[in-house]
Amino acid sequence: MLEKSMYDKTDEIIANYGTEPKWLIPIIQDVQAEYRYLPPELLTYIAGKLNITEAKAYSVATFYENFSFEQKGKYLIKVCDGTACHVRKSTAILEQLYKELKLEKGQHTTADMLFTVETVSCLGACGLAPVLTVNDEVHAAMTPEKVTALIKELRGESEC
Amino acid sequence: MDYITIDGKSVPIEGEKNILSLIRKAGIDLPTFCYHSELSVYGACRMCMVEDERGRILASCSEQPRPGMVIRTNTRKIQKYRKLIVELLLSSHCRDCTTCTKNGTCELQKIAFKVGIHAVRFLNNRKRMPIDISSPSVVRDPNKCILCGDCVRTCAEIQGVGALDFAHRGSNMQVQPAFDKPLNETDCVGCGQCRVACPTGAISIRTNVTDVWNAIMDPNVRVVAQIAPAVRVAVGDQFGFPKGTNTMGKIVAAMRLMGFDKIYDTNFGADLTILEESKELAERLEKNENLPLFTSCCPGWVKYCETKYPDFAGNISTCRSPQGMFSAVIKDYFAEADEKEGKKTFVVSVMPCTAKKGEILRPDNFTDGRQDTDRVITSVELIRMIRQAGIKFDEIDSEALDMPFGMASGAAAIFGVTGGVTEAVLRHLSVDKGYQALSQIQYSGVRGNDDIKETSIMLGDREVKIAVVHGLANAGKLLESIKSGEAQYDFVEVMACKRGCIVGGGQPLPVGPRTKKARAKGIYAVDRESQIRFASDNPVIGHVFEEVINGQEHRLLHRNLH
Repeated sequence: MLEKSMYDKTDEIIANYGTEPKWLIPIIQDVQAEYRYLPPELLTYIAGKLNITEAKAYSVATFYENFSFEQKGKYLIKVCDGTACHVRKSTAILEQLYKELKLEKGQHTTADMLFTVETVSCLGACGLAPVLTVNDEVHAAMTPEKVTALIKELRGESEC
Repeated sequence: MDYITIDGKSVPIEGEKNILSLIRKAGIDLPTFCYHSELSVYGACRMCMVEDERGRILASCSEQPRPGMVIRTNTRKIQKYRKLIVELLLSSHCRDCTTCTKNGTCELQKIAFKVGIHAVRFLNNRKRMPIDISSPSVVRDPNKCILCGDCVRTCAEIQGVGALDFAHRGSNMQVQPAFDKPLNETDCVGCGQCRVACPTGAISIRTNVTDVWNAIMDPNVRVVAQIAPAVRVAVGDQFGFPKGTNTMGKIVAAMRLMGFDKIYDTNFGADLTILEESKELAERLEKNENLPLFTSCCPGWVKYCETKYPDFAGNISTCRSPQGMFSAVIKDYFAEADEKEGKKTFVVSVMPCTAKKGEILRPDNFTDGRQDTDRVITSVELIRMIRQAGIKFDEIDSEALDMPFGMASGAAAIFGVTGGVTEAVLRHLSVDKGYQALSQIQYSGVRGNDDIKETSIMLGDREVKIAVVHGLANAGKLLESIKSGEAQYDFVEVMACKRGCIVGGGQPLPVGPRTKKARAKGIYAVDRESQIRFASDNPVIGHVFEEVINGQEHRLLHRNLH
């Protein structure tokens, strides 16, 4: 069970839209924006409010890569692996990130909940390839060296 | 009249919604995985594709017929595509056919053979998924799923439950409950209609055959069987008898050969139910409370009502189902003999239903902490046991049931079809017990396949309003209209499966429209040919009430609700 305030907040979000099934996606987008992830309990709660089955809501939420049932780190790093970034060696950047953050394969978030690393298919900034974003802040023309510096900077920032 | 041309043949359009129906009307059997006439059109399996005169490929299940259309169902291009699709389906499918419960009745197997696949060129690199055996009713094996969505749509559209849905996307897509929870933690009612719809072995019956064989082989165990009404009209066609033939005598003979000690008729239990439930209805009518009275024979419905409409749970009859009542009576009946002979009585009930496997585990079906029904096997499992024992079902002579519980009324037999419970109760309540009353009740609107049937009778000077509903989605609609005050009833019969137990989750497949009709006809024939048409005329029942039940109706026949 989550805290009551989270259900209250969800009620508020639902009230902004309505309880027709068609509002499912906007509602869970807002919930995710609020908590930086989609708590499974809230998805079940919303399904009940919208009178759709839990399985249907889960179906929608898992269809879109954007929704995550896992809590994300303070810094969400999205590494572009679209065609342009890929040919300009985005793989090396991803590898460097995994090395710097000591992440295992299949693991996306660091144990201290500071960083989450994801790959995305295209950020639409192919001219800046290879590109990554940190919480929607764009970092262009990345190299493994720049990745090391970036992580160091972010770590320092969170300490003070 | 408008026509379309199929493979050079002119076919009239007579209100068909899609080309597929026209093709089948023209005598061509196009294979399909995801098309079911009672479900919404999904158009995913692409097996039904046809080519039009411009070489375009259409999925005939989701294409409306237009006058003058010219289509071909068997061109070289279509043959090639169809074969490739099946090959791709097989590439990520578990191919352990010899050990699969669906071996021989699998649609994927059948169609793969039909389109002529003799080797699969692709490597199967799909991860092996765990099998979900959490439910007492059905087993879900995702490794055998072809994502046709038949179970998803059946569960949502026909049953209104929606325990399953697609999850994830692309090659990771799977059919599963929300958050991949085990089925027993979902709203699943265990009706097994997903298993009826499933073309492969992805959803199958949770089988108890081994436990039953173990009990039979144990000399210290008295194995007592009861056979439900819908079983006798569904087993025969698997052994070459016409669909819907009543093969009760042969079933009894086969079970005796297998080693069952006593074989009784669940219809006897149904007679008990008719008497108790009628009594309950009369009481509630008199007090004018807790109306409408909902029937409690169908465990799928009981669970549905409890989880989705808990406000109505108090309206469900406190009577146990025929299976539950009868097992309790059997256990008490043999209690003394058990003690004397140092034996243990083990009740096996043979049911058309997978939800019954869950019902026997409910605390309200226990008597003084004793599990009354030890195992439930479905018709399909009985057929499997007959085959395992090597019995030549078509050659053996019919035998009679054991006494005293081998006698039942025709009113009990019709519990296996929708409207049957109501008809039986109406007969019991009718003052006139003549032929005319029988036919009047028969034509009062309780029979037939309408989603919601309504009728009413006069009891004294009171009009008793009755509804009969089948399919849980229909039951949901009915409950909503009762809730809103739009409809008012005194007695409501609900069966989870459409058309009733004859199409239950544990019945042999396939069940097309002809099979459904034949089984219903078979059940009504059992009633018509029966010497006893009223539950109260059962000559054994008075004796059982006196000697066995002995004033303990509440303990043995009702659900202990406190």
